[in-house]
Amino acid sequence: MFGLDRKDTRLLILVAILTMAAPFLLNPFPEGSAMAQFNAGYPDLMQRFVIFGIFAIGFNILFGLTGYLSFGHAAFLGVGSYAAIWMMKLLTMNVIPAIFMGVIFGGLFAVIVGYISLRRSGIYFSILTLAFAQMSFALAYSVLTPITGGETGLQPKTNDPRILDGTLADGATPKANIFGLEMSSSFELPLGSWLFTFNTGYYLAAFVMLASFYVAIRIFRSPFGMMLRAVKSNQQRMTYTGLNPRPYTLAAFVISGMYAGLAGGLMVAMDTQVGPERMFWTASGEVVLMTILGGVGTLIGPVLGAGAIKYMENIISKINSDILHTWFAFLPDGLEDLVVTLIYPFIGKGWHLTLGIIFMLVVIFLPGGLVEGGQRIAKLFSRKKADDNTSDVAKAPAE
Amino acid sequence: METFILQTLNGLDKGSAYALIALGLTLIFGTLGVVNFAHGALFMIGAFCAVTLSRILTLSYIVVDESKTDFLGNPLKVDVPYVFDIFGQSTGEAIIDWAVPLAIIFSIPIMIAIGWIMERGLIKHFYKRPHADQILVTFGLAIVLQEIIKYYYGANPIPTPAPEAFSGSFDFGALIGFDANTIIYPYWRIVYFIFAAVIIGAVFAFLQFTTFGMVVRAGMADRETVGMLGINIDRRFTIMFGLAAAVAGLAGVMYTPIVSPNYHMGMDFLVLSFVVVVVGGMGSLPGAVLAGFLLGILESFASMREVLELVPGINQIIIYLVAIVILLTRPRGLMGRKGVMED
Repeated sequence: MFGLDRKDTRLLILVAILTMAAPFLLNPFPEGSAMAQFNAGYPDLMQRFVIFGIFAIGFNILFGLTGYLSFGHAAFLGVGSYAAIWMMKLLTMNVIPAIFMGVIFGGLFAVIVGYISLRRSGIYFSILTLAFAQMSFALAYSVLTPITGGETGLQPKTNDPRILDGTLADGATPKANIFGLEMSSSFELPLGSWLFTFNTGYYLAAFVMLASFYVAIRIFRSPFGMMLRAVKSNQQRMTYTGLNPRPYTLAAFVISGMYAGLAGGLMVAMDTQVGPERMFWTASGEVVLMTILGGVGTLIGPVLGAGAIKYMENIISKINSDILHTWFAFLPDGLEDLVVTLIYPFIGKGWHLTLGIIFMLVVIFLPGGLVEGGQRIAKLFSRKKADDNTSDVAKAPAE
Repeated sequence: METFILQTLNGLDKGSAYALIALGLTLIFGTLGVVNFAHGALFMIGAFCAVTLSRILTLSYIVVDESKTDFLGNPLKVDVPYVFDIFGQSTGEAIIDWAVPLAIIFSIPIMIAIGWIMERGLIKHFYKRPHADQILVTFGLAIVLQEIIKYYYGANPIPTPAPEAFSGSFDFGALIGFDANTIIYPYWRIVYFIFAAVIIGAVFAFLQFTTFGMVVRAGMADRETVGMLGINIDRRFTIMFGLAAAVAGLAGVMYTPIVSPNYHMGMDFLVLSFVVVVVGGMGSLPGAVLAGFLLGILESFASMREVLELVPGINQIIIYLVAIVILLTRPRGLMGRKGVMED
């Protein structure tokens, strides 16, 4: 189906089902119960899952296939965001042109940065992209204030021109919409003690994510994707066979820049504001973390990684010491305090510490990320079932 | 002319910090071939060594002073640091005042130990893995170290003043024959520059004039052959890692009076230091030092008002701009050697 083989079709359908049913799946605990804080089924977080999923899928096309480690990818996300917000200020609050402009500007900026940075490889490439990203951040923060709004950033105002939209009714604030349907509007479905929220913005982002996931599968399976793998495994041999690796890497770089721009545009569509901190190099580091954590070079890995990190960021950081005390209340007093003191540095504001440790463990012991972990576990089980039937999983490439 | 000298001087202290960090980065890269993204964290830990020492020295107990009263008429409670009991009041005050310079002695063993543990415990296992993996694991380590510091010291900058004797500024212009008050320069920045120069000189002398340094240089040139001669080169390289950590730590200790340390100061410096290393030439020690000072001074010139009116915002991006130009025109950097990380 869709020009994919059976395995990929199954993967795509699985991802489609998971994203479409996410408001149910991510809300397994009834409202008001002690576990309700682990629910991730609220629109804001689900939107972030899929948007950062797109960002990481795009990053993975560059890093996973060609092996070029870019440390400045957030710049494209930022440029895409700024382009999108300007569309909203000048043209219309409809998100379609905003998202398209985000993609186009992300791509254009990637052409410039990629053309220069791809002259070098390895650590030099990482530092060049980092330098470009930091430059964009510094410029957006200071000199380009008329365009970027400087430190405060940009948001749509009531008196913006917006030539396609009519004038706003008095007192109305401009809201992002798609042909009149507001991004923030959602349909709530109370079911017993559960409350499921279906949000327009989330479903828009989810459809876009599915589309970009499909494109990523096609790229992975295409001859072009094969060329990118050739760039990673042996550039010299590729040159000897008469192929110039530069256009291929540049194309991969621009594609991943467009993915980042798309993510930036969607971010603006969901939450209509932009600030330069979106381009800071820690944001670039975050997408690297997501991709590595999920499984670099795999199709589903980056999405998993993005979900895992965003979930941790939102859920672990919410836990505080009171909640810990209620959890461990069954322990004797002294022991309870001890356990809470031991765990406390890793939760709440310390979630970055947990993230750093998990990330290090993944890089050291599980270079293939969560996907490799899953494969290993699957292998373990299949070996238990039938000892002679393990070769299938072991020989399959990590994809 | 006055502004020229002033801007050069202003660039020196930042340049010294860049040069020291870049020197350590290059030492690690040249010996072990590892790209260490956690080096900025070592700089930061050094700075927090100074914070810790000044906290230890000011540990105190409360004494009720009957002779003085506060505004309510109650006897005044006075904090008496334990140092006063050990060394007497005047010596104790002097010790607390000189906490930052004293932290140099305090931090060297700590930094060497941290470097040793890092190398033996983690980085040793990454020699055979690709550079991307080394970058990633040290990046993760940097996050962890940063968060540990944040947990214990909080997220706010902690002001750590220089000793009273160096707190003021002096008229550098009058010293070399200009009008008074044209070139005013804080004492501590001069101290920092001299300190950096001494450290850099010491590292170079150590590598150039000792047998140990000779072996290390030989190992940098051809590790395998040195190993075949029956020399335990790994051990020496580990010691060099400790030394590089100590250099970064000392740079951090002495930098605390200039910028109050906070947990992410290391990362801020690291990004720039990498740019410095690349501009200087990967694996070249003199190149790293030269590029460090050069970029520091360049940055300070770019922050001049006249330049900013001409090209707004140039001070923010000058270093990156220079790095891009250098990388594209002289791929090996200013003083890079042939064959070192040329891919």
